[in-house]
Amino acid sequence: MKEQLQKDFDNSIKNLSLSQKDIEIKKFFLDNFINKGFPNKKEEDWKFSDINQIIKKNIGELSFYNDQASTNKVDTSLFVDGLEHNKIVFINGRIEKIDFEYEKKEQIEIIDQSETINEFKNSNSLSDLNNAFTNKCFKILVKKGYQLVKPLIIYHTTNSKIWSKNINLRLNFELDKNSSLRLIDLFNDTSEKNFLNIFYNFELKENAVLKNYKVDKFENKNIKYAFNNIDQDKNSISETFILSSGSNFSKNEINCNLNGVYASAFINGVFSLNNDKHHEIRSIINHLTENTKSYQLIKSVLDESSKAVYQGKIFVNSDAQKTDGYQLSKAILLNKESEFNAKPELEIYADDVKCSHGSASGSLSEDSIFYLMSRGLSYQQSRELLINGFLLDVVEKITDSEIKNLIKNMIGIRE
Amino acid sequence: MDNRQKEINNLKDYKYGFSTDIENIQAPKGLNEDVIKFISNIKKEPAWMLEFRLKAFERFKVLKEPDWQKPKFPKIDYQDLYYYSAPKSMKDKPKSLDELDPKLLETYKKLGIPLQEQARLNGIAVDAVFDSVSVATTFKDELTKQGIIFCPISEAIQNHPELVKKYLGSVIPTSDHFFATLNSAVFTDGSFVYIPEGVRCPMELSTYFRINASNTGQFERTLIIADKGSYVSYLEGCTAPMRDENQLHAANVELIALDDAEIKYSTVQNWYPGDKDGKGGIYNFVTKRGLCKGKNSKISWTQVETGSAITWKYPSCILKGDNSVGEFYSIAITNNHQKADTGTKMIHLGKNTKSKIISKGISAGSSDMTYRGLVDISSKAKNSNNYTQCDSLLMGNKCGAHTVPYIKNKNSESNIAHEATTSKISEEQLHYCQQRGLNPEEAVGLIVNGFCKEVLQQLPMEFAVEAQKLVGISLEGSVG
Repeated sequence: MKEQLQKDFDNSIKNLSLSQKDIEIKKFFLDNFINKGFPNKKEEDWKFSDINQIIKKNIGELSFYNDQASTNKVDTSLFVDGLEHNKIVFINGRIEKIDFEYEKKEQIEIIDQSETINEFKNSNSLSDLNNAFTNKCFKILVKKGYQLVKPLIIYHTTNSKIWSKNINLRLNFELDKNSSLRLIDLFNDTSEKNFLNIFYNFELKENAVLKNYKVDKFENKNIKYAFNNIDQDKNSISETFILSSGSNFSKNEINCNLNGVYASAFINGVFSLNNDKHHEIRSIINHLTENTKSYQLIKSVLDESSKAVYQGKIFVNSDAQKTDGYQLSKAILLNKESEFNAKPELEIYADDVKCSHGSASGSLSEDSIFYLMSRGLSYQQSRELLINGFLLDVVEKITDSEIKNLIKNMIGIRE
Repeated sequence: MDNRQKEINNLKDYKYGFSTDIENIQAPKGLNEDVIKFISNIKKEPAWMLEFRLKAFERFKVLKEPDWQKPKFPKIDYQDLYYYSAPKSMKDKPKSLDELDPKLLETYKKLGIPLQEQARLNGIAVDAVFDSVSVATTFKDELTKQGIIFCPISEAIQNHPELVKKYLGSVIPTSDHFFATLNSAVFTDGSFVYIPEGVRCPMELSTYFRINASNTGQFERTLIIADKGSYVSYLEGCTAPMRDENQLHAANVELIALDDAEIKYSTVQNWYPGDKDGKGGIYNFVTKRGLCKGKNSKISWTQVETGSAITWKYPSCILKGDNSVGEFYSIAITNNHQKADTGTKMIHLGKNTKSKIISKGISAGSSDMTYRGLVDISSKAKNSNNYTQCDSLLMGNKCGAHTVPYIKNKNSESNIAHEATTSKISEEQLHYCQQRGLNPEEAVGLIVNGFCKEVLQQLPMEFAVEAQKLVGISLEGSVG
């Protein structure tokens, strides 16, 4: 892999007009990655999902160079109907379109940050890989007091032109005081056997509101890793919703730092898996100051030989008195081959806090099925009704009604 | 303050902190094959036992000390320890208590464990382990009548080699982790219990561990076998003198329950926890594992952990037999600079297996406590159930309480439920108690006892009273 990395790195550097210093920085990250390699199960954070093995098994040899000279045609039929929205379109990792047509142009600034690389606090070797190979990095700044009229949908599209490739993406967002953003990440892949490595960094200033909905719904054979870092100031709110379903393997990591008083973070997730898919959500909520709040709800329905993993951690600093932290994960195993692993973790250094977590996993309750069947439903209907209701619980947590309906339609949940 | 006064004040904090001035035989300092041969030789062990030890030592040489635990400690120099220390008077085994060194008798009397016939605790048979040897076992004859074997493991190796050979290392193999392997190589004494088929052990069996010599590691090994349809309740208590150095205690405990058998294992651990500034104290790195080998078998662990500078142990159950049951009840209390990383593992292999985990952690002062547990239901363990509850109580904002459960469910017909909470004693509760005339310390004691009640109830009577007092003492000075 080392020769391949080196070769692909030289190729991608050639096409970029970087200063000597930036090349040095990128080289540093490349060397870091070469030393460490892909994370494996010996690392605690990857204990349940050995991505090194998964890539070897599903992809084999990866290549890292993406020829981004030519543009790809944007297929407008992919766009979401019935909801007016702003767009960012990635095709095979290349930004093809940035369009804030519904917004006041002067209130949103798009800054090309290709030349500055900021480090993630909570890094692993995949962030090194990302830093070494991302070639365009934009920062989207929402200015003071501006609240986006329409949601922003980021289309992550890949097509059959690429295979066995590693694609690295990077976006930074800054929400200034009193601003708000609704953001949907929509994955749509017709490619196979690629490894997507996506890093987002969010900076929420006082009173800012971020709603991020990640929808991985369409069947595909790709492997995805997405890392969200969220820094929150006083009174800010972040809401993250993850629908984890389509890809062969997916791991979503959320690292949320509640730096200001009264900041709150919500993470809700749904795993709906079949075949031998393997998905994971790992969340770390750092309560760093007093009077902060976090809430997490993760539900999974696992069929066939699929596997879901939830690792959630609530960290409470010794200054963070009056913290309210809650975490619940529930799983229904439909097939005897399916598997659910959880590691709900509390690390607490302050005494005046209210923190709890719960985790339950098991089969569909036979009693409930019996109840419904005795009222005239078929076995299949009862089962569907119960599963629908189980997942609806999470979807109902979405605070934006427009997007809630959109997602309900996508999943096919009826009320 | 003169020295005498100082001593008295110290004793008030930890009343078992005295040491007995007694002449010892020690193995040469350090860890090597010669020391292992020395231990084996002094115990007049058969060749197979020495082989067992040397095999473990071979393995130990390639193992590395684990470092994933939460409480960090300075590196232990394993060559700077004595691996065997015994009172000189024990060299030629005394045949009865009358021949036992009076100093030893006195020590146990002071600890509240009288060994003499007339003063014995009713209904409890005691095996007293002093540093590396077992000094006395009471009620031996009565137990023998029922066919129960209760003796030091060194004696069992001589007298019941077929049982020891069959079961020793069958739950904790010589190739296990670092500290367990070290124990397999150098273990010195401990208890051996065998309950024959269909026998319900008429009294509580108990071992009392005492570390006395300085610079010594205590490595005891306990092996309990409950044959088909039998029942035994076993208690374990521990204390050590107050010393500025940290002492290592790395024991292995193996339990084996055959068809329809039940083993109840209770621990009240009160090793010296170190002084208020965190100096000294015992490192309690213990491997405890029970195997529910037969159908309908049951193993239940109850532990009250109040002592030790660092407690690092996970009493576990391997539920291999169908319909077997594993239980774990724990109270862990840390104060001052104590650290604990404890919990359990429930490994479900058989069908219809059930496990229950109740863990209560209380952390005060500048201490740090972690519950770490694993529940693993394998794909063959159909219709299995687990329930876990771990609650932590924090007192003050310098301490920490953490929960790290690992939950693995590979079976769609099995259910796992896990709950955890962390909180502090509410002002309302304190106010209510104080209003009714309790002082703040009594109020905290009352609330904490209520918090722990579920676990304390699991202990045998005599121990429960003791443990309840201990819970109060451990938290003294943590209020206000």
